[in-house]
Amino acid sequence: MSAREEVLGRVRTALGETRAPVPEVVRDYRTTDDRPAAELLDVLVDRLEDYKASVLRCGPDDVAATVTAALDAGLGTGWAPGSVVAAPGLPAAWRPEGLDTDDDRPPVQLAERAASVTAVAVAIAETGTLVLDGTPPCGRRALSLLPDCLVCVVTAEQVVGSVPESLGRLDPLRPLTMISGPSATSDIELQRVEGVHGPRTLVVVLVA
Amino acid sequence: MRVALFATCLVDTVVPQVARATAALLERLGHEVVVPAGQACCGQMHVNTGYRREAVPIVANHVRAFAGAEAVVAPSGSCVASIHHQQAMVARRAGEHGLADEAEALASRTYELSQFLVDVLGVTDVGAYYPHRVTYHPTCHSLRLLQVGDRPLRLLRAVRGLELVELPGAESCCGFGGTFSVKNSDTSTAMLTDKMANVLATHAEVCTAGDSSCLMHIGGGLSRLRSGTRTVHLAEILASTEDAVSPHQTTRPAVTA
Amino acid sequence: MTTTPQDLRTDQTPLAPGAPRSGTTFLGLPTAPRGVGHLRGDRPFPDAARDALRDGQLRANLGHATQTIRGKRAKVVAELPDWQQLRAAGSALKAATMARLDEHLEELERQVTARGGTVHWARDAAEANRIVTDLVRATGTDEVVKVKSMATQEIGLNEALEAAGIAAHETDLAELIVQLGDDKPSHILVPAIHKNRAEIREIFLRTMPRVDADLTDEPRRLAMAARSHLRERFLRARVAISGANFAVAETGTLAVVESEGNGRMCLTLPETLITVMGIEKLVPTWRDLEVFLQLLPRSSTGERMNPYTSMWAGVTPGDGPQDFHLVLVDNGRTAVLADEVGRQALHCIRCSACLNVCPVYERTGGHAYGSVYPGPIGAVLSPQLTGVEDNASLPYASSLCGACYDVCPVAIDIPSILVHLRAEHVEAQEKPTAESVAFKALGRAMSNPRLWRLAQRAAGLGRLVARGRPTMPAALPFPASAWTRSRDLPTPPAESFTAQWAREHGGRS
Repeated sequence: MSAREEVLGRVRTALGETRAPVPEVVRDYRTTDDRPAAELLDVLVDRLEDYKASVLRCGPDDVAATVTAALDAGLGTGWAPGSVVAAPGLPAAWRPEGLDTDDDRPPVQLAERAASVTAVAVAIAETGTLVLDGTPPCGRRALSLLPDCLVCVVTAEQVVGSVPESLGRLDPLRPLTMISGPSATSDIELQRVEGVHGPRTLVVVLVA
Repeated sequence: MRVALFATCLVDTVVPQVARATAALLERLGHEVVVPAGQACCGQMHVNTGYRREAVPIVANHVRAFAGAEAVVAPSGSCVASIHHQQAMVARRAGEHGLADEAEALASRTYELSQFLVDVLGVTDVGAYYPHRVTYHPTCHSLRLLQVGDRPLRLLRAVRGLELVELPGAESCCGFGGTFSVKNSDTSTAMLTDKMANVLATHAEVCTAGDSSCLMHIGGGLSRLRSGTRTVHLAEILASTEDAVSPHQTTRPAVTA
Repeated sequence: MTTTPQDLRTDQTPLAPGAPRSGTTFLGLPTAPRGVGHLRGDRPFPDAARDALRDGQLRANLGHATQTIRGKRAKVVAELPDWQQLRAAGSALKAATMARLDEHLEELERQVTARGGTVHWARDAAEANRIVTDLVRATGTDEVVKVKSMATQEIGLNEALEAAGIAAHETDLAELIVQLGDDKPSHILVPAIHKNRAEIREIFLRTMPRVDADLTDEPRRLAMAARSHLRERFLRARVAISGANFAVAETGTLAVVESEGNGRMCLTLPETLITVMGIEKLVPTWRDLEVFLQLLPRSSTGERMNPYTSMWAGVTPGDGPQDFHLVLVDNGRTAVLADEVGRQALHCIRCSACLNVCPVYERTGGHAYGSVYPGPIGAVLSPQLTGVEDNASLPYASSLCGACYDVCPVAIDIPSILVHLRAEHVEAQEKPTAESVAFKALGRAMSNPRLWRLAQRAAGLGRLVARGRPTMPAALPFPASAWTRSRDLPTPPAESFTAQWAREHGGRS
């Protein structure tokens, strides 16, 4: 008998011939968040900053300039545009001039770059979470991982209140990365310290 | 109300003054107390040590002893929790479904002392007088299985002359755990040491609780250290009045009483 | 411990001399084999605990860490008004998953395969180790990077790889500390919880090549040292091995929840990804994650959300590993599933909240439990995976205080399972023990009022030993000595309450 058949057979033996009915799952927890949109944006900013991300807010016409300011904040002024890689589908109007664009180069080459700029698919206010889904505006997973500074542009209509609302907007077949603040660890005396293997700096540009 | 008192095996055999205090308190509040002679044990120690088959006849004896009781009161959160959560379960597992049903019915009429006073009788001021500095340890089964909440504290706050001091780390287990205190004696002692440190930090004269088993553990440790702080069951405090400073309120280490 | 390839053959694992019959449950379902993996300790819990309790540094480190995390968890749990509803839903979802586990596993296999992944099945630890070793060998590499994973700790994968000449580099900071320190993990979430910052600095200075000699014990500096130590390994790695926090049957989506980004490095950069997962870790639908992604981070690190959660379904062209293998491991889980009381232990999402609140774990630490699964959940999971007789002291390693049940995000009734397993152990004994003789005799007395009065009178005779003193002598025979070593025992009264009452009330009851 194959291991597959044997393991499945054991499960069936364990559950018995006459199976108990499947227990009902009551979903009476909150699945929506009816707070006004403006309040959700404030919650998002509060939670992002609580976990040591920086947030810059701007209007729809000032995104490129604010991304420049975000890179100034993350890298210090005087950074070389060529050291910053943008996701291939990042809207042109959001891109400061001279940025490099990610392509199909070996991913490890991204480790040499100082920063990356991406969009997000969804942002969750209650947890301060950005979700990237691997589409061209978000870029492949290595792009938001290897450069030490990550700038993410979030638009107001991408912000949902809670985790349940976010999953409804995501495609489970895509490679998804949920990001809540910069890389961190609690492994030393269970105290949270920011900055391990992922980007040590996370700057969020919130467009509203 | 006619109340059947379940003394519990430990109180009955080792600290009878706790049962006497419970009876005196209920009588003072105007209720008739009966003590069914056939009572022995709820079976908890057997169940929790792994002797659930052997616990079934103990449960049967308990159900027999209290058959027909209108309300059963016990001065022990742990035993009442076992009556509520374990008796029917072990009977059913042994295929004794009739006994399980009876145990369930009896459990629905069985109360821990503070719950009986506050929820059934609706009193928090029982007219007690106890001029001492007291700290309260919420025992695990009262706290988590029975969820007695702040009922004991409300009762204590209404006692004349009693100065109630908050116990730091109150919700930590004292380390008794029945046979745990013997099978894992070292770990149990480590837990007890921290509990005693917190009790002593309050500078209370008396540490009280709703379970004689936990009090015997804490009191046994305090006595061994020759600390002046003694353990007194909640029932003994509530039974005390200006006229009767006992029952058996003692100035010796609690375990001696 | 180094495991030789021969040891991986479970059918040849010798039984210890005098070992009780073990290895299968009453339904004939095999438990986790001996001789491979890390589910069994070499000493009973009370003995191991006794040593741990004397380690003042360990006690201080654990006390500090568990206090810190308890406070953080309580704060973020209190933020959610619907925590109890989420907890009930999490519990029901897990129960529903287990009730049709075979169907969900087959669906998961279909979905992962349809998206370019390869699914492997392993009856036990030895088979899982063999599958992974063969997969790594097939790539031609002799080193792998690993994401922290309880499943691979359980099966002893690192030792099996080492025996095959493959170096496994742990990349989680705490796992790295344990690996560099030639130590054992002692906590599900923070395997190096028993080490403080000064000890970690010492380990890094001693074992990390090219480490900054001016390294301080500041946690941020220590994390930076780990970053530089592992950076180059991530960039050159061709094969990664991970566990999985969740697998969604209906979509084939796998999820790894982490903090540092080491997980993302492993899941993203290498060409080949091998994920080892216990068969109980799946959820039926994508939507079910909306519950667990709220319960897990708040219960484990006490964060609203952990810094990184990675999810993937099979292979995505141009993004991440192009060769993906999922190894589904039984290793005793079906034996647990067969126990109607104990199967709840399979609902565990490995958050470690029960460890952090446990008064026993807080004082003894994780090593005393002997298994990679320590604390309250370990005390119910390890004995079931191995068969109770192979971990017979663990169900007793609890005062049954119930703090674990209160914080469990999927409401596993750990105290009830502990009591159940104690009974399984007692009922497995073929010969009477001193304890069983005593409990049977006491049980007979407590079932018969006349015998009970006699027994109570006999207990009252204990006062003769006390010779008028308020407490019994400290030097009493075992098992009373285990009590009187550290606590006084009150001298019993001459008359029980019920006897006195009957006397005073004229025999009326």
